[in-house]
Amino acid sequence: MSDFLAMGGYGAYLWPSYAVFVIVLAIDAIAPRIRRRRVLAEIRGKSKRRATREATP
Amino acid sequence: MNALTLWFHKIGSPPTFYRIAGAWAPWLFAIALALGAVALYGGLFVAPRDYQQGDAYRIIFVHVPCAWMGLFAYIFLAVNAFIALVWRIKLSEILAMASAPVGAAFTFITLVSGSLWGKPMWGTYWTWDARLTSELVLLFLYLGVIGLHHAIEDRRQAARAASFLALIGIVNVPIVHFSVNWWNTLHQGSTVRLMGESHITGSMVWPLLVMALATHVWFFASVLARTRVGLLELEGGKDWAREVALADAPRDTVAAHV
Repeated sequence: MSDFLAMGGYGAYLWPSYAVFVIVLAIDAIAPRIRRRRVLAEIRGKSKRRATREATP
Repeated sequence: MNALTLWFHKIGSPPTFYRIAGAWAPWLFAIALALGAVALYGGLFVAPRDYQQGDAYRIIFVHVPCAWMGLFAYIFLAVNAFIALVWRIKLSEILAMASAPVGAAFTFITLVSGSLWGKPMWGTYWTWDARLTSELVLLFLYLGVIGLHHAIEDRRQAARAASFLALIGIVNVPIVHFSVNWWNTLHQGSTVRLMGESHITGSMVWPLLVMALATHVWFFASVLARTRVGLLELEGGKDWAREVALADAPRDTVAAHV
């Protein structure tokens, strides 16, 4: 196992590059989900304000 | 209108595309993850140690697929930018702007993993040679497109301005690709060839190709997910977007709304 992690002495270069790959793509997948939630909340807020405006004479 | 144009208009209408993209994106993400896992297993456990580079060469399994995706994403961005500018199709504007951050992510990974590969093999993290510099310019182009898109208030004008910048930047794509042939660089030439024989053995090349497939599928999954948000943002005032927003609302806010 430690042999595997050592990667023939190149572990210090190999694992960080794999980590960057995984982390950056994880952020890439999460970012639109967070933005989607924000956009949907904005739309709800706008339509609520419009409904209130139309309800008041 | 003939049947094909009609079909195209239907697919391209925001609510329809929103629905189709929503059905596809989770599956594409799942397929990309499964392919990626297979490729990582192949790259880390199956592929033999390189006779010259030892285990350091295994960085190839993330570096090269990401480098290909950086260029692929830019071509996808430029084609959609062109369609957006010429035919003013809303969906193309959004697809173009959705692909920019994904391309930037892949280009960033390429630069970081390449730098980490360069240190043990070349003795330096960075050198201003043709391939590395043009790849850095590619990242800056992506950041420029994203920045310009965020700097303009009107969403459609912003997308068109950023599309124009993206089209000018396409000149960098062949420079990145051919830089290793045109100039004397520290970076090696292509190892995998579409035409003719690859300079790499089978047990090393299959994890690379599977990872390339995984990153392509990931790209489309991510672009579809981002396009959905872009469509909601642009069409926030329309009935279909409001329906989506209300259907998504947590229980208590729906009650308050009614």
